[in-house]
Amino acid sequence: MRKIEVVQNIMEANDSIAAQNQQLLDKHEVFAINIMSSPGAGKTSLILQTIARLKNKLRIGVIEGDVASTIDAEKIESHAAAVVQINTKNMPESCSLIANMIDYALKNLPLRDIDLLLIENVGNLICPSEFILGEHKRVVISSLPEGDDKPIKYPMIFADANAVVINKVDFLPYVDFDISAFRHAVEGLNPKVKFFEVSCKTGAGIEDWCSWLLSEITAASKIKQRR
Amino acid sequence: MHELGITQSIVNIVLDKAKEAQASKIVQINLVAGKLAGFVPECIQFYFDILSKDTIAQEASLIFTPAPAQLRCRNCSITFHPQDTLWSCPKCDSQSVEIIGGRELYVESMEVE
Repeated sequence: MRKIEVVQNIMEANDSIAAQNQQLLDKHEVFAINIMSSPGAGKTSLILQTIARLKNKLRIGVIEGDVASTIDAEKIESHAAAVVQINTKNMPESCSLIANMIDYALKNLPLRDIDLLLIENVGNLICPSEFILGEHKRVVISSLPEGDDKPIKYPMIFADANAVVINKVDFLPYVDFDISAFRHAVEGLNPKVKFFEVSCKTGAGIEDWCSWLLSEITAASKIKQRR
Repeated sequence: MHELGITQSIVNIVLDKAKEAQASKIVQINLVAGKLAGFVPECIQFYFDILSKDTIAQEASLIFTPAPAQLRCRNCSITFHPQDTLWSCPKCDSQSVEIIGGRELYVESMEVE
């Protein structure tokens, strides 16, 4: 018997496909956002609000990830420039989107006609934190009814987020959610994170969120022009 | 849940390396799994037994070395291993911490015939 040194990252298979996805997106000047949250926090609602605000400025495509059903894709279909639904129930990773699912979706999207791609991940705060997809920014939504302890229970997803959207702020009178304690816990893990306090129901705060998206897209396209 | 795809990657890596080394059988696979990488070793073993069937990795034992979570306090710069999910610095009690270890998941080495 002999020993062989290997030292190979097991995530490399995913990460190299993610890198190819990002190259393809950059080639077509598509800015991609990976939207992650627990089920019911408001991923689809935030996407619908974003499309309503920005559809006159940007051509928006959507990738919908769900274990099963096409409910979300149907909700979005008439609003977005293009939608692809991915059902993960028969795939090796049913609990998260992974890079090769995005590779498939990108082949089925008219990338030349898209400026902003919103990727709705499977509702889950654990597994999506392990897989990069090729996105430019990672966004986590936390909603008030879930409680303010999520960054303590699921630190990894918050540690890597570029932005955290606190949704359902209109619930504040009815639930014990300490927004400043929540923000403090996230900032402890991730001092550079951007916060947005929104209600997808009333539209509060959506304008700030959309302004941030526009500024990030502009910044990214300037970087590309400089190259 | 997501261990099936990960296990397929492990099987691919070890079969490739065994082929390069012209090995006829993989006896043991040594893996390093960080405490913060959300993977369950028992689950990987379960899928491994299925995916490695009829390959030279069949019946190989998987040995997991856990890598502890390691954090650095952004306030006083000490590094520490958190004991629970409340991540505060044991020296200054700050909750501003940087994750510096515990997310790794890799095949370290293997024993072959």
